[in-house]
Amino acid sequence: MEVLAIIGSFVSLIGAFFLLLAAIGIIRMPDTYNRMQTGTKATTLGSMLFFVGIGLAHPSWWTKLLILTVFIFLTNPLSSHVLARALHFIGKSPLVEPYSGPSVRDDLAFDEAQALLAAEGSRQMERGEAE
Amino acid sequence: MANTIFLIAAAIMLLAMIIAFFRIIRGPELGDRIVALDAMTIMALSAVAFLAHHLGRAIYLDVALVYGLISFLGVVAVARHMERGL
Repeated sequence: MEVLAIIGSFVSLIGAFFLLLAAIGIIRMPDTYNRMQTGTKATTLGSMLFFVGIGLAHPSWWTKLLILTVFIFLTNPLSSHVLARALHFIGKSPLVEPYSGPSVRDDLAFDEAQALLAAEGSRQMERGEAE
Repeated sequence: MANTIFLIAAAIMLLAMIIAFFRIIRGPELGDRIVALDAMTIMALSAVAFLAHHLGRAIYLDVALVYGLISFLGVVAVARHMERGL
């Protein structure tokens, strides 16, 4: 039992290290999208490792810790996606000035423009048939 | 030994929360602040789980679960508010 607790404490230490990496990424990254990326992915892994470590230290708590882990695993990418979607729709530019360039890529805006073009084309075709 | 390493992990987590809080203070816009707040609530969730281990009471894990639910709803609500004014 003692060995299991020590293994669990080391797993929790790795999880806390990932949480620290997430915080450093939040403070260091250049724009909001990058901050969102580090702030949600790294905290998902970090908190899941932390819960696994506590579960190794207390094996009788595994049901509640499993519920917590699955909950984090499901909701954290969801909140990240909702945030990115909101940022995109209020027109936040993808990258700050020194990093912007031809490498910037916005698939959602591209798809929206393509759908708009397709709708326009079908409308024109309908008009041609009517004439 | 295990308790000492758990305490070190909790100290690292506290440091991470303080660093994320700087972004909440400094963030130029609402988006940066809510991103930092989201990360900070996940860290606080882990902190509550650590408290449950340290005090040896499993009931605190329920607190962590409810707190995670509420923080997720808060993030979604603020994102909707950013998008088109909830």
